[in-house]
Amino acid sequence: MITRILTWLGAIFVRFIRYLGEIVLLAADTFRSIFTHPIRWRLFLNQVVEIGLLSQLVVVITGAFTGAVFSAQTYFQFNKIGMGSAVGAVVSVAICRELGPVLTALMVTGRVGAAMSAEIGTMKVTEQIDALRALAVYPTDYLVVPRALAMMVSMPLLVAECIAVGIAVGYLVAIFLLEVNGTYYMANMVRWTRNRDIIMGLSKAFCFGILIVFISCHKGLTAREGAVGVGRATTEAVVNGSLAVLICNFFLTMTLNIIYPAGYQ
Amino acid sequence: MISVRGLVKRIGAEEILRGVDLDVASGETLAIIGRSGGGKSVLLKHLIGLMRPDAGEIWIEGQNITQLSERELAAIRKKVGILFQGSALFDSMSVAENISFPLREAGERDPGVLRAKVREMLEVMELEGEEDKMPVNLSGGMKKRVGLARSIIRQPSCILYDEPTSGLDPVVSDSINRLIRRLQRRFGVTSIVVTHDMKNAFHVADHIAYLHEGRIYFHGTVAELQQSSDPVLQDFLLGRSEQGAAVSSPPS
Repeated sequence: MITRILTWLGAIFVRFIRYLGEIVLLAADTFRSIFTHPIRWRLFLNQVVEIGLLSQLVVVITGAFTGAVFSAQTYFQFNKIGMGSAVGAVVSVAICRELGPVLTALMVTGRVGAAMSAEIGTMKVTEQIDALRALAVYPTDYLVVPRALAMMVSMPLLVAECIAVGIAVGYLVAIFLLEVNGTYYMANMVRWTRNRDIIMGLSKAFCFGILIVFISCHKGLTAREGAVGVGRATTEAVVNGSLAVLICNFFLTMTLNIIYPAGYQ
Repeated sequence: MISVRGLVKRIGAEEILRGVDLDVASGETLAIIGRSGGGKSVLLKHLIGLMRPDAGEIWIEGQNITQLSERELAAIRKKVGILFQGSALFDSMSVAENISFPLREAGERDPGVLRAKVREMLEVMELEGEEDKMPVNLSGGMKKRVGLARSIIRQPSCILYDEPTSGLDPVVSDSINRLIRRLQRRFGVTSIVVTHDMKNAFHVADHIAYLHEGRIYFHGTVAELQQSSDPVLQDFLLGRSEQGAAVSSPPS
């Protein structure tokens, strides 16, 4: 019985390590291709539109309502101890360092990661990727490189937008709905929010972008068994991408906090 | 031009190809026939490096392609075109974009040259005026023609056809057969046609190879195949199942 459980756990572990290995190999292949083969700029721009431009509404709404609710909740707690004017600082730092990058990454995983794995997966099961290969086009160059580059460019911009909108809406809620003193709010926010908080958020955005694009493209490239396989690949891309964002966020926070420590120093 | 030696391929626990030996001369048209699921398409995909064998060698123009990496195979793939069973058109591109895709990937940017080449291919395929349609709006026969146009626009020296008439009505199948013949005459290419449609095989082939239980069971001319009294070949040619053959054979 114990042997069977250990064998089962061992098989899961080996499958997990192989999955990680495949993603790392895909990433290595992509970066090698970026530096050694011509980049298809038209496809890159198409992907920037798909990932960056068409995610605007989702990201703006996410940022706005996160900023609004976080501002309100912080005020409700802080006001009890007479620190209502500190809301700005808390909202700003939290959105820059955690909420902005993580929530944007989760929204992009759902919107873009799913689309990527579904599109590439459909191409895989309808032999379109084989057709690319037969026409002497390397699939990584054509499918993964433009998406990876577009994601690396778009994610930091989307997160910057989410942070800006979140802070702005948080300010509006605090000042006009909760009647916090605007001058103190701004003074505290500016005092406690440093460049390193913004850099940390944008660094996380870049890392999350890389995670999302390789997990999604890998799932698409390895999709099997027709429509069911594509559906499964899409679901797994979203689930794995979201989990990877949340797990890596912890390690990134711990690591980046050494480089960009939080607080007023 | 193409030489296959001892090709073995397993998929899962099943051994699909069990040591295939095959030679195709330059300019020849070979039809590979065999039962559905017998490994014909698997063999064809090996010839362009889309699948890797477990053992054996494939020589194309003096080069063993089984030892080449995916990027190194690009040079061979520029010389060999393939028509996929399901056409495998890029569904996000129009007919014209699909056909001109290989040229654009080869670095051709002049819209005039691309337009002229696409027009020429559409004329060969008898698809004039269809260049702006999307693949989803094409019939099965039209998709095959567009797929074929895409695979020959770079003028390969060899074309592989994977079930070119499957799923088509007899009239469209006949037009595809005539098209394959016309391409052979016009461009003088080596052709390998995988099919289980005997009419298609007899119409287009100079030689026929019968793939049976993972090996080439017969390789000869169309006339030799038709005159053969081998019961395995006869069963296939007459479309007799094993039960049917048992019923029709006299009791011993």
